[in-house]
Amino acid sequence: MKPMERRLFGLSLVLAAAFCLAVPAGAMHIMEGYLPLSHSVVWGVVCLPFVVLGIARIRKIVETHRKTLLLLAMAGAYCFLLSALKLPSVSGSSSHPTGTGLGAILFGPAPMAVLGLIVLLFQAVLLAHGGLTTLGANTFSMAIAGPFVSFGVYALCRKLNVNRKIGVFLAAALGDLLTYVVTSIQLALAHPSATGGFVGSLTEFLGIFAVTQVPLAIVEGLLTVVVVLALENLARPELKELGYLGGAAA
Amino acid sequence: MKKNGLIIVVLLLLCAVIVCVPLLTIKDSEFGGADGQAEEAITAIDPDYEPWASSILEPPGGETESLLFALQAAIGAGVVCFGLGYLVARRKYRSAGQTE
Repeated sequence: MKPMERRLFGLSLVLAAAFCLAVPAGAMHIMEGYLPLSHSVVWGVVCLPFVVLGIARIRKIVETHRKTLLLLAMAGAYCFLLSALKLPSVSGSSSHPTGTGLGAILFGPAPMAVLGLIVLLFQAVLLAHGGLTTLGANTFSMAIAGPFVSFGVYALCRKLNVNRKIGVFLAAALGDLLTYVVTSIQLALAHPSATGGFVGSLTEFLGIFAVTQVPLAIVEGLLTVVVVLALENLARPELKELGYLGGAAA
Repeated sequence: MKKNGLIIVVLLLLCAVIVCVPLLTIKDSEFGGADGQAEEAITAIDPDYEPWASSILEPPGGETESLLFALQAAIGAGVVCFGLGYLVARRKYRSAGQTE
């Protein structure tokens, strides 16, 4: 990391920590205007260190692993593509996959914070899907929590010597599902129910988001395996450079 | 290689089945967005809550919105497939160069 980036990262980390402590007890993507101002600001600030870290990571990839840029672009585009597809689900409503698992498996979770943020910005500004006031919360769920879970699940599967395809499937599917669990938690924190409190609201929102998402998470897992199989076949040098297929770690 | 091809076809078919099953089995639903349901849930939990911001650009109607979603998917698919095409051609011409 360059000194400037290190300073930015440090500053944002301190800010995020301060805001975490200061939280008063008090969607697909979350809709514009549906989080109180304090929550919007807190989630936005919590995202900052991850985004700064992601920018530094991407800059390092650009500088030292130029060859893998094509894959990075493809991972971003995959995210763009999947989050445009609103698929019907068993609950009788629709939602869309996130597509962040692929990039997290290949590049680690940090760059996905930036790529996911771009996708969310596009949808918030042009599509009235999600929103600018809820951008922080949505970035945290889709571009940070999801990819980190994907990355962790994949690393765990490698450690336990689980078949690589199954590892990829689990990583992508669980990252997708967790995104919506986090969304439900964020909404429940902002809107605790008068009778059941936080838990009451959480069950309500989980019923809406997580249940809808289960089949879609499975679809995303399967699709990600397809893409990874194609890449393993076609892009061996790049995958080796990234440390995905043995060889030098990125 | 052959085996991977088969796996890919099976996985894609499985995806199609998972997406189609709810469409065929649930008849009395329009498959609205889960975020719309969440809006209703918030109104039920917290009737006094007023959304304090609204989207800066609301697509005027369903047609324009579907245009933008299609555009987003097209850009994504375009870049992904450009990359795949590049990689396929690279392997093809590299091996052609080696055999000559």
